[in-house]
Amino acid sequence: MFFLAAEGGESTHNPIIPIWQEIVVGSVAFAVLCFVLMKFVFPRMEQTFQARVDAIEGGIKRAEAAQAEANQLLDQYRAQLAEARTDAARIRDDARADADGIRQDILAKAREESDRIIAAGKEQLAAERATIVRELRTEVGTIAVDLASKIVGESLADEARRKGTVDRFLSGLESTGAR
Amino acid sequence: MFGQANVLAQGEAAFPPSVEDFYLPSILPWGAHDSYWFTKITAMVWIAVGILIIFFLVTYRKPQLVPTKKQWLAESIYGFVRNNIAVDMIGHAGVRFAPYFTTLFCFVLLTNFFAILPFFQISPNSHIAFPAFLALISYLLFNYIGIRHHGFVKYFKNSLIPPAPWYILPLLIPIELFSTFLVRPFSLAVRLFANMFAGHMLLLVFTLGGFAMLSANAWLAPVSVLSWVMTIALTFLEFLVICLQAYVFTVLSASYVQGALADEH
Repeated sequence: MFFLAAEGGESTHNPIIPIWQEIVVGSVAFAVLCFVLMKFVFPRMEQTFQARVDAIEGGIKRAEAAQAEANQLLDQYRAQLAEARTDAARIRDDARADADGIRQDILAKAREESDRIIAAGKEQLAAERATIVRELRTEVGTIAVDLASKIVGESLADEARRKGTVDRFLSGLESTGAR
Repeated sequence: MFGQANVLAQGEAAFPPSVEDFYLPSILPWGAHDSYWFTKITAMVWIAVGILIIFFLVTYRKPQLVPTKKQWLAESIYGFVRNNIAVDMIGHAGVRFAPYFTTLFCFVLLTNFFAILPFFQISPNSHIAFPAFLALISYLLFNYIGIRHHGFVKYFKNSLIPPAPWYILPLLIPIELFSTFLVRPFSLAVRLFANMFAGHMLLLVFTLGGFAMLSANAWLAPVSVLSWVMTIALTFLEFLVICLQAYVFTVLSASYVQGALADEH
């Protein structure tokens, strides 16, 4: 080196004194490096890291959302099922109540009908009885008069008198019977 | 490197190596000693920048959620600086500084690595100009961040006045001023520079020493071999230093930013 240094006519360098040309070159080169790496590379790396975090956390979040939705649906179905059960019970109760009502109606109608039939029968019976009584009264009178005529041997010609006597007799019978 | 080649070609192994071995003649114009625009050193800086840009742009051309191997590698580098340096030192606010710290870390690591890479074999960081402007950027960065975060007065109050009894303050304030605002950028630059300078010097000593002994006396050949074996061993040590210094430079920058953002002293 010494001969080269001697050729160059330069004696010594001080290693602690920076060469300004090297500072300029170094600064420019380092500035270029900083510009390219800090603008085009490392921010994209941060983005990739972030995207990776998102991908992982997003997966977890999606799973949580799906779980929540499933739970919600389950609750909804349970609610609907409970509602349906309540409805069914209510319908059953209603039906039972309806059936009771219908039974009561039918019973009432039947009772009414029977009452009516009974009443009609009674009426008819009474009417028949009255008719029979009337017929009997006439027949009994005639038979009694005939019997009396035969017994007494005397025909009571006077029909009007005869009728009055029979009536009196029967009234007497009735009044004694009634007493 | 060209210098060494010339020296070896001339059969004149200049021993011991001197500071001049770090200042190689320029490439354009060829062989000039007072032109520094295009030397092996500046060429290496451009190559480093080119390699890093191409590597990151190619590996991150089409980022995917499930990374490919190359993408994973690029992400690991960024993730390492982001999580193990920026977030560890600064906390969650550190994420926004992670791109710069990663760029810084990659640049320092690769330029350091040139110290042991065949055909490069010297690190640009053994010229103080490069550590100096990187340290200057860190210095401006942490001061700017601090002033923007706290306001001018509060930032300097925070930085300069430690929570101590008043009678000790006259002693502490100059110390704080000195350590925070004067020594920091200087120590940051010199630490990296000196490590790379010393590393290169060590390798030169053992490599050229082998040649020197061989040319001095043929009987010293075994010692020359030992010297070269030492060179290989020191290359591994140098690799450790390379990684460590890149890490330390970035961690210290992050630590300064953290100090500037801290509420208490």
